[in-house]
Amino acid sequence: MKLIKYLSTAALALGMATGAMAQDKLKVGFVYVGPVGDGGWTYEHDKGRQAVEAEFGDKVETVFVESVPEGPDAERVMTQMALDGADLIFTTSFGFMDPTINVAAKFPDVKFEHATGYKRADNVSTYSARFYEGRAIQGHIAGKMTESNIVGYIGSYPIPEVIRGINSAFIHARKVNPDVEFKIVWAYTWFDPAKEADAAKVLIEQGADVIFQHTDSTAPLAAAAEAGNVIGFGQASDMSEYADGPRVSSIIDDWAPYYIDRTRAVMDGTWESTDTWDGIGPGMVGIGEITDRVPADVKAEALAMKEAIAAGEYHPFTGPLNKQDGSAWLAEGEVADDGTLLGMDFYVEGLEGTIPN
Amino acid sequence: MLKLEKRPQPSQAWIYLAPLVAVIATMIAGGALFAILGKDPLVAIRTIFYDPLFSEFAFFYRPQLLVKGAPLVLIAIGLSLGFRAGIWNIGAEGQYIVGALTGAGVGLAFYPLEGWFIFPLMVMAGALGGWAWAMIPAVLKVRFGTNEILVSLMLVYVAEQLLASMALGLMKNPQGFGFPGSRNLQQYPSAHNAELIAGSGMHWGVVAALIAVIFAYVLLTRHILGFHIRLTGEAPRAARFAGVNPARLVLICLGLAGALAGLAGMFEVSGPAGRVSIDFNVGYGFTAIIVAFLGRLHPVGILLAGLLMALTYIGGEIAQSRLGLPAAAIQMFQGMLLFFLLAVDVLTNYRLRLARREVA
Amino acid sequence: MDLSSINLVLLLASLMVAATPLLLAAIGELVVERAGVLNLGVEGMMITGAICGFAISVNTGNPLLGVVAAALGGAALALVFAALTQLALANQVASGLGLTLFGLGLSALIGQGYQGVRPPSFPRLSIPGLSDLPVVGRILFSHDLMVYFGLLVVAAVWFMLKYTRAGLILRAVGENHDAAHALGYKVKRIRIMAILFGGACAGMGGAYISLIRVPQWTEGMTAGIGWIALALVVFASWKPWRVLLGAYLFGGVTVIQLNLQAAGVAIPVEYLAMSPYLITILVLVIMSADKSKAPASLGRIFHASR
Repeated sequence: MKLIKYLSTAALALGMATGAMAQDKLKVGFVYVGPVGDGGWTYEHDKGRQAVEAEFGDKVETVFVESVPEGPDAERVMTQMALDGADLIFTTSFGFMDPTINVAAKFPDVKFEHATGYKRADNVSTYSARFYEGRAIQGHIAGKMTESNIVGYIGSYPIPEVIRGINSAFIHARKVNPDVEFKIVWAYTWFDPAKEADAAKVLIEQGADVIFQHTDSTAPLAAAAEAGNVIGFGQASDMSEYADGPRVSSIIDDWAPYYIDRTRAVMDGTWESTDTWDGIGPGMVGIGEITDRVPADVKAEALAMKEAIAAGEYHPFTGPLNKQDGSAWLAEGEVADDGTLLGMDFYVEGLEGTIPN
Repeated sequence: MLKLEKRPQPSQAWIYLAPLVAVIATMIAGGALFAILGKDPLVAIRTIFYDPLFSEFAFFYRPQLLVKGAPLVLIAIGLSLGFRAGIWNIGAEGQYIVGALTGAGVGLAFYPLEGWFIFPLMVMAGALGGWAWAMIPAVLKVRFGTNEILVSLMLVYVAEQLLASMALGLMKNPQGFGFPGSRNLQQYPSAHNAELIAGSGMHWGVVAALIAVIFAYVLLTRHILGFHIRLTGEAPRAARFAGVNPARLVLICLGLAGALAGLAGMFEVSGPAGRVSIDFNVGYGFTAIIVAFLGRLHPVGILLAGLLMALTYIGGEIAQSRLGLPAAAIQMFQGMLLFFLLAVDVLTNYRLRLARREVA
Repeated sequence: MDLSSINLVLLLASLMVAATPLLLAAIGELVVERAGVLNLGVEGMMITGAICGFAISVNTGNPLLGVVAAALGGAALALVFAALTQLALANQVASGLGLTLFGLGLSALIGQGYQGVRPPSFPRLSIPGLSDLPVVGRILFSHDLMVYFGLLVVAAVWFMLKYTRAGLILRAVGENHDAAHALGYKVKRIRIMAILFGGACAGMGGAYISLIRVPQWTEGMTAGIGWIALALVVFASWKPWRVLLGAYLFGGVTVIQLNLQAAGVAIPVEYLAMSPYLITILVLVIMSADKSKAPASLGRIFHASR
């Protein structure tokens, strides 16, 4: 493997070269899957990058490359950043998993952080957010506020992350409203605002008066605003521009605390390969302000649930819970283990329809 | 007022001068764009064009040029044959996806068996898959007179849904903890399209691209089929008198383009990409159309155009990370490069003359 | 499964909305192609229109002004294409694809800083009496103004091509540019005007997405609709009313498949998601008995030899 030898020599040489400079400046790289202007996933990661710059000022230099496709392109961008002397590289898409591992093997002195994956190495950490905790709170609000008892849910692709969110929202909606039903529409795309708008309209036309979205555009909220008596939630960012209308709360991806922490760890020399799955407690999942459209008692309950989850007193997946086919999943008081949650590929009891695959 | 006057013969000098002039013009216009964005234009231009080839880390970027350029060239060669004959396959992206799916499917079906015969089978399956997907618009055109532009384009979207469904279902890695995406073929030696010489970027896809260039060159200059293709494009009526069977030509041209696109997909999924995933395709099939025309539909031209496009991608990424140029500026820059290359080409066949009257 | 939850009236109404951006972009491209020019840059012109319209709407607070700006933005980008293909005689396919690349980049640069902004809302039609009619009112008389504008453009293009001298000349240029030139028509000037018209329509189609349908600005938000519009022109055999049919068919199947999903129909989602494309192909095969051909000079370069 001549290339590896080449690369590690180069990295070594650079390591020495940057080692001298490292005292004053730490170089942090970010590899994004979308454009920083996507207003959702990548936009929030870039806000985290800006927070790192604001926190450390002259002590860090951040670089990023946006709209990087999965596969060889991602691998090249990461290699290029490492060659250029990055000390810490965040790769922010599930599809970057294997490229991250490959490149990390060639640059043992560079630290890598991969979002939403499950493969780690001595110099590769993984991190992800427990968005389902936010879904639980939204589910509660939805169950209380729906009058038609029909809740619409727009999913992107049937991956564990999305299925987890549906289950979490449904469990908590059912808990407070035994008559509630979920209608689920899969857009089969990560990003197509026009299609999201159509999906939201269809759900509203079929009687839904609460709309959940696992897609990042404001299209569903706009459709809800047009319909009038429909509520929805912000996704990825706060979407507060709809706070005077349908948006009653939101889930905010807040990567800044984690990025600042990890950057500081590299500076202090305390960085270790870890597996982080943080939720509301550490602040990775933010709950946007609950508006006055939500009745005061419901708002109080929702905030109480948020506190309980943040304090670790309540887990959204606590038994008794059955799977969709009626088989037992969690016994009374039992809490779901992270392994099952990470790979979740089943609906809980009460949800209708099948998961496409 | 300037007027264009057709040259009796294409200017030999301008054939070679035109790309040079275009690149210089792009550098000036692009430099202005970068300056407006607050970056040093000279540094930006150097980062995009010079650094990947000659900088300290060129040993890494030069092989990457092959990795990025090979699928573009392979697909563009196939497309160029059809384009020359006036057959508009703009769905190479779909054929690329299906080739990757069939190729990877064969490989995954054999897992974890090891054997020398697996990779050749995957190659055949990939070519066959792409060919079959291209046969849909071809047969519909021959049988019903359906327009191949529309059918091939629509089939791209169908292929994308198929890819998503495969990545989420049938081909999902059973050891992947429920996450979408197949096993990584890079970790399955019998199915891995590895570099032939480590660090060179040369994998079987690059070899196939080079063979395709030579094959297309010989076909077009030496073979009766190549003659028929050129004749159909230049003078359809004459072609019919010369005994060209248009239906056969449609089947052959679309089939070849599909097979080559399928091969490109198969080599990509088994090598540089490694996995079947929802976002496996990254637009090579569309970029290849640009490459084909940029290369003037000539095999050697396509080879050079493919490498040039690859260079702007790689240099663009370096410029993003080093200089903080937005990806959008790189996209605009690539667009400008195309515009100038296309515009300057006119000087090969025409000369500028001062004219008093306006031409229509 | 509960098909009764699908409301046909609302379905028809939302179909008209879903089809409008496609309709605008496709009818513009139809005029371009009838003039003998193939502009594959529809997606780039749409996204440029989307951001121009959005930026002007937000800054002036006037959505109608935004639509005008979108038309101008789309036309400005089309002007680049016109200069390349008509003056520098460049290849149309490659120029069009380059235009898409350029437009996507340009729009993203202009759009920096417009994320998370909510544009002013768009006026809708409300005719007392008519809009309140039980079924017809909801389907026909309660949309935003752009839906009607789209229909108006289709009608105008149809009338222009069929009954006016200008339409005759345009078609002549598209069918045989040498003959048209010999008759004394300014082939290039006519084509440039057609290209600009196409750009303006595509720009307005893009603005429909960023101002009305979604409404927000996000990079790359047209997400391939420009390509579908291109395909629709072929689907329509270059006939204006068929563009309308095609746009409604495509928009309709998209909306219906989402409706079926929401109603819990037991068809695998991936097949439902494929259905708009497959049904478009199928209908084209069925309609292929119609032998109307593309304009004869489509995509060919014109140069006056004298």
